[in-house]
Amino acid sequence: MKVAVIQFPGSNCDWDAYYACSRSLGLNTKMVWHKETDFGDAKAVIIPGGFSFGDYLRCGAIARFSPIVDALTPFAKNGGIVIGICNGFQILCEAGLLPGALIRNNCLEFRCMTVDLVVENSTSEFNQNKLGVNLRLPIAHGEGNYRIDAEGMTEIEANNQVLFRYSAPSGNPNGAMGNIAGIRNRQGNVFGMMPHPERAVEKFHPSRDGIKVLKSVLTSNLIHA
Amino acid sequence: MRVSTMLPTNPDPALNFPVTPEDVEELGLLPEEYKKIQEILGRDPNITELGVFSVMWSEHCSYKNSKCLLRSFPTEKSDCHAPYQVLVKAGEENAGVIDIGDGWAICFKIESHNHPSAVEPFEGAATGVGGIIRDIFTMGARPVLLTNSLRFGEIDSSHVKGLIRGVVQGIAHYGNCIGIPNVGGDIYFDSCYEGNPLVNALCLGIVKHKEIKRGAAVGMGNPVYYVGPATGRDGLGGASFASKELSEESAADRPSVQKGDPFMEKLLLEACLEMMAVPGLVVGIQDMGAAGLTCSSCETASRGNSGLEIDLDCVPQRETGMNSYEILLSESQERMLVIVQRGREAELEAIFKKWDLPAVVIGKVTEGEDLEFKQNNGLIARIPAKALADDDPIYNREFKKPNYLFEKQNWDETKLPDLDDDAAKKTLPLLLSTPTIAHKDWVWRQYDHMVMTNTIVGPGSDAAIVRLRLGEDLEKIIAISNDCNNRYCYLNPYRGGQIAIAESIRNLACSGARPLAMTNCLNFGNPYKPEVFYMLKECVRGLVDACKFFDLPVLGGNVSLYNENQEGAIDPTPVVSVVGIVDTEEMITTQKLKNGDEAIILIGGLCDEIGGSYYLKEIHDFKTGDAPTPNLAVEEQINSFVLRLIKNKQVVAAHDISEGGLLVALTEMLFAQEQTFGANLDIMWETGQSALMRNFSVKVREESLLQ
Repeated sequence: MKVAVIQFPGSNCDWDAYYACSRSLGLNTKMVWHKETDFGDAKAVIIPGGFSFGDYLRCGAIARFSPIVDALTPFAKNGGIVIGICNGFQILCEAGLLPGALIRNNCLEFRCMTVDLVVENSTSEFNQNKLGVNLRLPIAHGEGNYRIDAEGMTEIEANNQVLFRYSAPSGNPNGAMGNIAGIRNRQGNVFGMMPHPERAVEKFHPSRDGIKVLKSVLTSNLIHA
Repeated sequence: MRVSTMLPTNPDPALNFPVTPEDVEELGLLPEEYKKIQEILGRDPNITELGVFSVMWSEHCSYKNSKCLLRSFPTEKSDCHAPYQVLVKAGEENAGVIDIGDGWAICFKIESHNHPSAVEPFEGAATGVGGIIRDIFTMGARPVLLTNSLRFGEIDSSHVKGLIRGVVQGIAHYGNCIGIPNVGGDIYFDSCYEGNPLVNALCLGIVKHKEIKRGAAVGMGNPVYYVGPATGRDGLGGASFASKELSEESAADRPSVQKGDPFMEKLLLEACLEMMAVPGLVVGIQDMGAAGLTCSSCETASRGNSGLEIDLDCVPQRETGMNSYEILLSESQERMLVIVQRGREAELEAIFKKWDLPAVVIGKVTEGEDLEFKQNNGLIARIPAKALADDDPIYNREFKKPNYLFEKQNWDETKLPDLDDDAAKKTLPLLLSTPTIAHKDWVWRQYDHMVMTNTIVGPGSDAAIVRLRLGEDLEKIIAISNDCNNRYCYLNPYRGGQIAIAESIRNLACSGARPLAMTNCLNFGNPYKPEVFYMLKECVRGLVDACKFFDLPVLGGNVSLYNENQEGAIDPTPVVSVVGIVDTEEMITTQKLKNGDEAIILIGGLCDEIGGSYYLKEIHDFKTGDAPTPNLAVEEQINSFVLRLIKNKQVVAAHDISEGGLLVALTEMLFAQEQTFGANLDIMWETGQSALMRNFSVKVREESLLQ
């Protein structure tokens, strides 16, 4: 499987995602500059963390107008796998590929720490059976407070679109509604998450749970709902 | 000497007036310095030229009052056959570079941004981080880690709380956005920093030997590029502002504080590294930091033994009507001066176009030695670059031993009552909750310390440990530790200097690392006060002696003087950062106990020295006594012993004893894990209870060994 990592001006977890996919998962991985207009033969796209366009205006608000994002919608529509991590999650929400929005952490500060997560039974690949009930993954963000209107919340819960939630002992670090740390689209091929799986792949990292998470989302099958 | 009698005229009529002694004084130059300027030019300077001299000869840029002391630091290893030699020495370039083997090197430096942070904490701290990052990537190195050393007044004042919030958020803002992990540092709270906080930021980068870049303008006719965002009026006179004491009027200097844009710097960093990786394209590169365009053009020309012709009309400007004085002295951030091989301009321009950054030719390298600045096709300033950069004044200031030292050092500690059991029980929690000693995760959880996924041991440990990814299959591990206990330096500056280095190296040893090199930031008061200069001189003597003893070269650093408030000078604070190498992954050691069944062994003995301790500060509110006696030879023996134990896999955890003494250090080891442990202490010699909570003596250390 070939994976493409998008580089926006201001992306700074791009190489982390690259190394996680190429070295830890052994996947054929390439970089795609934001001014490019297609993903070539890639079957999955990662939008990495960072501060695309300095997070000016709103996180992800400017990046969503980059040429490569125009290619993202048809890519996703055709069943390609898209994973947005941290700033990538924010971009996917801005681009309308995922529901909801991410606003300032309720502590009004940036948070870099390792959090405890409870896995939801979301898809045939992303569930407690495949991943285990609890995960530990690093977070590093100032705007990870997930918000969605009541109707939207009912819908994502009804369709099992929540991937995992912040849980004890570390708790909810940013005030996200429903303790939501990551979601997917209804079809099950677009994923967004605030935790950084690419930072949890090596022996000395806070955990190696990132490998399981990346493997699960990269091997997802479309849900025909 | 070339004599030109013609005074360059300026298109702005407001700048065409004869310079008066009042102008000279207002720009912070002494009458004898003005005389020297006249000699160099062979005529009177115009106001633009005078402005250029005033910033280049300011304390901040010229180190005129400290250079005589800095020269005593060893800048290379005394053993020229030892591994890990210095490749670029301190003072030669923006930052020093040292070999780490296999064709790779590291480059690091610490720098202060104290004055800006005092009046505008967020931007002051943010641009401090930005400035030091530029110093590192200018050398061709990719920055891979940041650390910082912060000093504030006592935390209970609301003003101090505001400063802390601003400074920490400023550092977080810049480092997090640019994506370089902030892996460690230290924070102290002491009333001496009230009104004059210290913000010292360090950056470390990796570079291949053959890709080290120099800041020299060479090759007649080579174009000079200005890259990065446009110049504004911000940060005007920042270098001069940093060269005087803070006062109640300092708030009026807020426009001297620059505004940082980490996103812009990220683009500049990537574009510059991409450009520098093209063989032979870049001839010289220099960041526009303090004194902006003036300093960068002067330094590159001086190092290249050449002249430069710069057309100020070509400099991108974000405000209209900027005059030559403002363009030359603006300290707008995230800008670089690049000298490119003639004929290869298109290659540079393509890279900057990709990153959507301005890159424009503003001049060329010329024969001779003059910096010539033009505007409206007319010459507005002509200054010999070498004289401007190298003929700056050097002073050996008057010094006098402060009277208090004798009294403090001869304080009789036997008058101090020992603790009874009850008091001893209460003392430990009190020490642990002292802000300087207490856990600082409330600070560093705001810094991204994991980005780049190389952080092996992050903040909150004796030393930070980071993996260096060097090419496809090569990795190395380094450790870094910042240190400086102001109370020791205040009580005994010579010992204080030695202790700062000894503790830093001890931190490395506890982490499994051998020291490579150090950088320092000398934070002191006004050097014109003989007592302050004495403390500076003595601290430097202590640092130099320790460096020589450990054969530890200084890769560079920074001097920040005039750190004073209404009460007088801050305590002498020579912040030291030592970088070490960890030979193998198995050597990595932390202070965390693992199982709870380990034997804990104290190495180095328990010394009954109490001077300057946090025990005295917190329990008796005393700042007195003499600093502990450093014994560098014993220090070295213990360090190599510890490293040998670690190598033999006999050590589970190791921690050095510092502020708060043995019991605090032990508690930190017990609490370090999610699961906490208890410990039985068996002190086999007679000592008072308070000795357990006294400050460390450099001979004291503990290890926990496998049973």
